[in-house]
Amino acid sequence: MINRKTFMAMVASSLMLLAIPSQAALRVFACEPEWGALAQELGGSLVEVSVATSALQDPHQIQAKPSLIARARNADLVVCTGAELEIGWLPILLQQSGNAKIQNGQPGNFAAADYVRKLDIPTQLDRSQGDVHAAGNPHIQTDPRNIALVASALGARLQQIDAAHASQYAQRLTDFSQRWQQAIGRWSLQAAPLRGVAVVSQHKAFVYLYDWLGLKEVAVLEPKPGVEPTASHLQEVLISLKSKPARMTLYSAYQDAKPSEWLSRNAGVPAVKLAFTVGGTEGAKDLFSLFDDTVARLLAAGVKR
Amino acid sequence: MKTFIPVSIALALATPLSALAQALPVSPTEIQSIKQEIGAMRAAYEARLQALENRLLAAERTASATQTPGNPNAASAPAASTAPAAPVATSAGAANAFNPSMSLILSGGYTRTSRDPSSYNITGFQLPTGADAGPGSRGFSLAESELGLAANIDPWLRGAANIALHSDNTVSVEEAFVQTTSLGKGFSIKGGRFFSGIGYLNSQHAHTWDFVDNPLAYQALLGTQFGDDGVQIKWLAPTEQFIELGAELGRGRSFPGSDTSRNGAGMTALTLHTGGDIGESHNWRAGLSALNTKATDQALSMQDAFGRMVGNAFTGRSRVLVLDGVWKWAPNGNATRTSFKLQGEYVRSTRSGDLTYDTSGASVTDAYQATQSGWYLQGVYQFMPNWRVGVRTERLDAGRPDYGVNAASLNTSSYRPSKNTLMLDYSPSEFSRVRLQFAQDRSRAGLPDNQVFLQYQMSLGAHGAHSY
Repeated sequence: MINRKTFMAMVASSLMLLAIPSQAALRVFACEPEWGALAQELGGSLVEVSVATSALQDPHQIQAKPSLIARARNADLVVCTGAELEIGWLPILLQQSGNAKIQNGQPGNFAAADYVRKLDIPTQLDRSQGDVHAAGNPHIQTDPRNIALVASALGARLQQIDAAHASQYAQRLTDFSQRWQQAIGRWSLQAAPLRGVAVVSQHKAFVYLYDWLGLKEVAVLEPKPGVEPTASHLQEVLISLKSKPARMTLYSAYQDAKPSEWLSRNAGVPAVKLAFTVGGTEGAKDLFSLFDDTVARLLAAGVKR
Repeated sequence: MKTFIPVSIALALATPLSALAQALPVSPTEIQSIKQEIGAMRAAYEARLQALENRLLAAERTASATQTPGNPNAASAPAASTAPAAPVATSAGAANAFNPSMSLILSGGYTRTSRDPSSYNITGFQLPTGADAGPGSRGFSLAESELGLAANIDPWLRGAANIALHSDNTVSVEEAFVQTTSLGKGFSIKGGRFFSGIGYLNSQHAHTWDFVDNPLAYQALLGTQFGDDGVQIKWLAPTEQFIELGAELGRGRSFPGSDTSRNGAGMTALTLHTGGDIGESHNWRAGLSALNTKATDQALSMQDAFGRMVGNAFTGRSRVLVLDGVWKWAPNGNATRTSFKLQGEYVRSTRSGDLTYDTSGASVTDAYQATQSGWYLQGVYQFMPNWRVGVRTERLDAGRPDYGVNAASLNTSSYRPSKNTLMLDYSPSEFSRVRLQFAQDRSRAGLPDNQVFLQYQMSLGAHGAHSY
C-alpha cells in the first residue's frame, strides 16, 4: 500500500533530479533531419540541435512520445516543415511542453514551408482524395533551391532569437549561402541529362525534386496520397507504363521497398532508393552529401542505358 | 496624510494633460496644413510601394524565365511564396475564418452476448447506478458520437469542448475546458470539465481505445472513466527524462465521488508520469496517481447475498491509486508497417464511511470499509499496414469488505471476476477503423458471458493529433 508519505517522497525525489542543465547554447528542436542539419550549418557551436525524427521514420506518422515532449519543453526554437506535415503530433508536443517560447506565432516557432512556393496545392479539399495537405505538398526539402530560401529565413530567425550572437549567425549564413549556391550550380549541371526523364514515384514525395531537375512523373504507386499501394493499382500502373514508359521508380528510405521492387521485377524499371533527408542512405551525411548522393543515384539509374 | 496621496496622484496625472491642452492652441488653418502634410506623405508612400511591387513582379518574371525547361543551369531560387491569391474575403467569410476546428466521431456496431446485458453486474462490486458498465445493448446500435471543437482563444489561452451524443438521444458534455498556452517554465493550467490525468487510459477518448470497451478495473473502480469539473495544474521538469507532475482540484461530481452542494473541493488528485526512449525502436511511459473523492448518499447497486439486485447508498471517502505503464516498439521507430504496444494498469480503491443497505427496503446503515483492486494487461500488434491484432486479460479482486451489521445481507464471496478479450481491427486510413472483438466476461459468478462486437469508428473533419 502506497500511502501519502511514500507518494510525497516520490514527488520530492523526482524534484531533486532537476539539476537544470545550464548550457549557454541555443537549444534547437528540429522536427526532421534536414532542418536539424540546416540549423547546425547556420548555428555551428552556438546551437545545440536535437532532431525529433530519423530518415527511417515516416514524418507523417510520429507519436508524441515522452522523450519528444521533454525535448520540446527545453527548446528555444522549434524548426519544422509545417504545411500540416506534422499535424498528427506537433500540436500535442506544443500543448504538453508548457513552453511559451515555441507556440505558434512566437519567434521560437519556425515553419520552413512558410518561406517557399508550394506545389500540389489542392483545388478541392476532400479526404476522398487521400491524405491531402491543404497548404500544398509539404516535402519541400527535395529541392536545394528551397533549402536556400529556408536558410535565409532561418538565419534571420536565429539572429532575432539570439541577438547577442547576431553577427556570427549572419556570417555563417553568408558563408553557407555562398557554398550552397555553388553546389546548386554543380548539381544542376550534373543532373542536366535527367531533364525530361520519365519516372514513377511510390509516394508523391518528390514533386519539388522533379520541379528542380525537370523530371516527369508519369505514375504514382500509392493510389491516393498516404494510401498503401494495392495489387490492383500496381497492375494499372504496370499497364499504363506500356504506353508511357518510365526510366525508374523512386521511393524514400523510410518506405517499404516492396511495391517499387515489384514494379522493377514486372516492368523492368529499376527501383531507386533516395535518402529523402539527411541520414536516409550511407552517403547522405549532411545537406551537401544528401544532394550529391541523390543526384548520383538518379544519374546511375536514369542515364546509363 | 491618507487623502494626500490620492489627491497628489490625481494632480500629477492632471498636470501634463492640462499643460498639453494649453501648449496646443490648435487653429483650424493648422489642422488643415497637418492634414495636407499627412496626405502628401501617404501619396509618397503609395508611389514607393507601387514601384517596389513593380520591381518584385519583374524579378519574379525573370526568375521564372530562367527556370524554363532546357536551361540546366537554372540555379535561381523559385519565387518565395507571395501571399496566396486570397479571394477578397467578404465580412461573413472573414468571421468564419476564426471558427474553431471541428471534428466529428461516428461510431456504432453490432453486439451479441450470451447473457442479457440488462442483468450485468460485477460480483462483489458496487457499481454506481446508471453507470456505463458492461457490454451495452445487444444487436445493432449507435455508439457514442462525439463532436469536438477546439481553437486558440487569444495569445494566452486555448479552449476545447467534446460533446457526446448518445444513442438514447441524450447529449452530455464530456469535456469543456480552457488551457493556458503561455505560462512557460513547463507549467500549464487547465480549468473546466475534463478527464482526469490519472492513469494511462483515463484521459483518452473512447475513439482512441484499442478495444471496444474500457477494462473492468476502470468500470468497477473509476465509473468507467473519471472526469470532473475543476482545475488541473501540470508541470514538466526541465530534464532530458520526461517527468510530469500534475495536481487536480475538483467538484467530485462523478463516481467514486458524488455531487453535493458543498463549497469545498470534493476531489483532489496527484499524478506523476515519467518516460523516455530506449534506443531508436523502443519508448515507454510509466506513472503513479492518487485520487481522493468524497461521496454523500451515493446511489450504488449490487447483487446481495440472496441474489437480488439492491440499491445501496454510500457516504464517505474514497482513495484510488493507479499504477500505469506502457511500452511501445516499432522497428527504427517507424510504426507504418509493424509495431507493438504493451500496456497495463493496476487500480486499487479504498473506501471508508457508512453504507446503507437496500435503500428502498430494509434500509440499514452501518460503517463500511473496503479495499478492492483490479488490473489489466494488453498487447496490440500491428502485423502489416492497416491491420492490428490485440489481446487483453484482466482480473478483479473484491477484497474482504467490512459491511458491519450488513455483512449477512451483502455478498462476501471470494469470487474473482475476470475477462479475456481478443481483438482484430482494420484501418483503411487513419480516419477510419473497423473492429471485431471477442470476449469472455466472467464478471458474474458462475455465469460466463461470451461477447462478440463488430464496431466502426470514423473521424470526420479536423485532423486530430493524438497523445502518446
